[in-house]
Parts: sequence; structure tokens; C-alpha cells
Amino acid sequence: MEPKIKVAHLSKVFSDTKTGIDTQALLDIDLEVNDSELFCLVGPSGCGKTTFLRIVAGLETPSSGAVYLGGHIVNTPGPDRGLVFQEFALFPWRTVAENVVFGPEISGIPSSQRKQIANKYINLVRLAGKEHKYPKELSGGMKQRVAIARALANNPEVLLMDEPFGSLDAQTRNLMQIELLRIWNETKKTIIFVTHIVDEAIYLADRIAVMSASPGMIKEIFRINIKRPRDSTARSFRSYKRKILNIISAEVGDFST
Amino acid sequence: MKKRRLFRILSIAIFLLIWEIAALLVSKPQIFPMPIDVLIAFKVLLLSTGPAGVEWAGELLGHSLISLTRVVAGFCIASLSGILLGIVMGWWQPIRNLIEPIIEILRPIPPLAWIPLAMLWFGLGFKPAVFLIWLGAFSPILLNTIFGVESTSKNLIETAKTLGAKQRELLLKVVIPSAIPAIITGLSVGFGVGWMCLVAAELTGCNSGLGFMIMYYHWTMEPAKTIVGMLMIGFIGLLIFMILKRIENKLLAWREEI
Repeated sequence: MEPKIKVAHLSKVFSDTKTGIDTQALLDIDLEVNDSELFCLVGPSGCGKTTFLRIVAGLETPSSGAVYLGGHIVNTPGPDRGLVFQEFALFPWRTVAENVVFGPEISGIPSSQRKQIANKYINLVRLAGKEHKYPKELSGGMKQRVAIARALANNPEVLLMDEPFGSLDAQTRNLMQIELLRIWNETKKTIIFVTHIVDEAIYLADRIAVMSASPGMIKEIFRINIKRPRDSTARSFRSYKRKILNIISAEVGDFST
Repeated sequence: MKKRRLFRILSIAIFLLIWEIAALLVSKPQIFPMPIDVLIAFKVLLLSTGPAGVEWAGELLGHSLISLTRVVAGFCIASLSGILLGIVMGWWQPIRNLIEPIIEILRPIPPLAWIPLAMLWFGLGFKPAVFLIWLGAFSPILLNTIFGVESTSKNLIETAKTLGAKQRELLLKVVIPSAIPAIITGLSVGFGVGWMCLVAAELTGCNSGLGFMIMYYHWTMEPAKTIVGMLMIGFIGLLIFMILKRIENKLLAWREEI
């Protein structure tokens, strides 16, 4: 089967124009993500996982190599790839419903249809009754639900999530992980999920790519063969965790010496 | 709430009392009138025939109407030009680089320094007054709009891009809405400066309006009437500020409370 996303020999160099120093953020990344797959990227901070996601989103251009979505090369942002930021990034002057239909509004869908779309996705993320609230009236978890609904309302091919639960408290985070799995089950979307928390990745992912820092490279890809819902105290879970943490700590160790 | 109102009344009463005592001590009503003199002057000005064109309104309200027309005209032109240019300059850096030096040179010149040229170019009356109000109100509106546009969150712009927004939608649906609080701040500051310029313009370059009225009664040595004019200038300014504040609160219901 054709992969949904194909990343070929992707590298990214950031040049600091003031100091003239080049930083190799990503080096020769090869990756394939299948349709309806929940794919996680983990790695130490500064390993370029956010940069990687931004390139897939089309917000950065690669220095070399390319990203293909359904066989077509990606080089600008587009509604076929929905991005969810850690900071929610809701439009504060728009209500929940108006935030959710931002994408459809731009693509010129008439307002009667937009209403249906808003309802559908607000129900999907379980925010019925909050349609007319402004973001300032919502908790962090609710804000992130709106952001997910907004990304999905465009019916994208892929959902890109950049540490989406990073600013939530532990309880809300766990709840949102469960919710994400439910939403993923209902929508069958391809998801690329970036996190630095290994537990989160193992709890969610079909496959996990472990990255190393400076330069950002993919060290190893694990397929998580545990039935969902996964129990983070189970032996199989901990064994994946140990393997992944070993790679990351070896990396961080290399870096500090 | 009730207590606050009580304090307000008390505050005004104390002010009037101090005024009264000071006037009694000075005891020269022709240079320092008492509150009661001002009240009488107020009644007289309310009932006397108004300036040309608005005779029916009485002197005080007639001059007020003329001043208001001028300030509304000047302020509207300033708002329109300041907001439009501000958006263009905030969004397109090359245009900003092109225009900014001119503004930087002209901005430190106080609007009042333009009075001679305003009179030379536009004569007396409506036009030079509107020109000066525009001059005064324009730069706060422009600068605040530029600030609002350029401080649009990068995250929001990127989010909109990933949702399919192109330049036009970014500007109309992200940048402008997010700049509105700053634009409204610019409008209030701009109005304040414009109102000040109006009075100055009328003091020198007009023969109607509240500024003219207070100067006229200075010449006729009727300070009570001058004070009525001053109070009216303050009152109208306050009223418009309150209206702007109300519009702001209505428009910005979404904003986080600080």
C-alpha cells in the first residue's frame, strides 16, 4: 500500500545571518507514515521534532530532500494538513463555533453548511453547549479540544500535533490522550504526534520514531504491539519504555560529554 | 456602587466649595467669578441667539454644535486615513520603510505649530480646523494601528495558514481583528489630541465654535462666560470618551481581563 506521507532524505540547516553559524537541525530523515496510522515522534528537546513537523505542515522549507503527501510534494501550508500547536492558538475574538469553522469559511463553504460542520466537530470533541463561548472562558483542555476540532473541520488528510498536551496538567493530559484515541478511532485520520514524553508516545502510537539531537536524526522506529487501551504499568509497556529511554539517555549522555 | 456615587457627589461639592471660598477671598468677580456667576452665565448663554447658521440652538449649544461638526469631520478623516495607512504600513515592510522617515520627520512638530500654515492654506473657519484636528489625531491612530498589526501573534498567522488562509484572508480574518484593541486605543488617544487641536484652532483661526467663544468673552471681559465655555469643552470631551469606551467594551467582549 502507498504510504500516506513519505519523507525522503530530508535535511534542514538553519543559518544565523548575524553570527554566520549554521545549525544542522535535521539530517537525512527517511520516513513513511501509513494511512490512518498514529505515528509518534519522541526525542530530547532541541532534536528538531518541531522543525520536522513544521516542514510537513509547509511552514518551513527543507534545505534538501522532500515531503510527499499522497504522492504530491509538499512545500506550502495547506488545508490538507491540519496542525495543532501546544499553545492552542485559538482566535480569541472568535467563539468556539467560529474558531472551528475558520477553515471551511476560508474555502467558501456557505454558512448553513458551516453550521452543520461546526456541530459535527464540536460534538466529536464533546464541547456541545460551549459553541458560543469565547476562548478566554474555556479551560486548557477545552481549548485544545477546540483546536483539534478546528483542524479536523477542514477534513485534512493528516493531523499534525506538536506537543499538543504539553501545557496541560497531568490529569487533563491523560484524559486528552484517551479522547485523542477515541477521536482517532472515529475519524480514522493519519496522525503525526510529536512529544518528548515517552509514556505518552507508547500509550498512543502505532509506531514511534525515536530521534537524536544535533543533528536531528531518526535513531530507531518501534512498532508498539500492545492492545489498546494500554496500561503504563504493564511489563510490555515498561519494556518499550526502557528501550526508548536507553536510546534517548545515550544521546543526551553523548551530548553532555 | 451607591457609595461610589456618593463620593462622586462629595468630590464635586468639595471642589465647588474650594472655588467659592477662593472667589470670596479674591473678591474680584470680574477676574475670578464665583460658581453662582457661572451658573447665571450658563443660563444666559443657553438662551441668547446662537452664531450664524445655528441661531435656533442658542449661543452655547450653537458653538458646541459647530465645534462637534468640526471634530467629527476631522476625526473621521484621521481615523480612516490613519487606520488604512497603518494597516498597509504594518503589513508590508517595504511600504513602511518608504513612508516611515517622512512621518518620523513630521511627527515631532506639534500640530499647533501648523496653525499659521493652516490659516494660510485654508483661510478661516471649518477647513483649517478640520485640517488641524486631522493632524493631531492622525499620528496616534496611525502608530497604534501599525503596532497592532505588527504584534499579531505569529502562532495565529501560522495556524490560519495551515487552515488554508492566503494573504487576503490573513489580513482580513487574522491581522485586522487582532489589531482592533490597539486601533481603539489609538482612536481614544487621537480623539483627545484632536479635541485639543480643535480648541486651539478655534482660538485663533475661527469666528465660531467653543474655542472662539471662550476667547471672545475674554475680550469682552466676561470670565464667567469663558468658564462656561471651558466646562462645556471638558464635558463634551468626557462624553465622547465615554462613548468610545462603551464601543470598546462592546467590541472587545472576547478580550482576556487583565
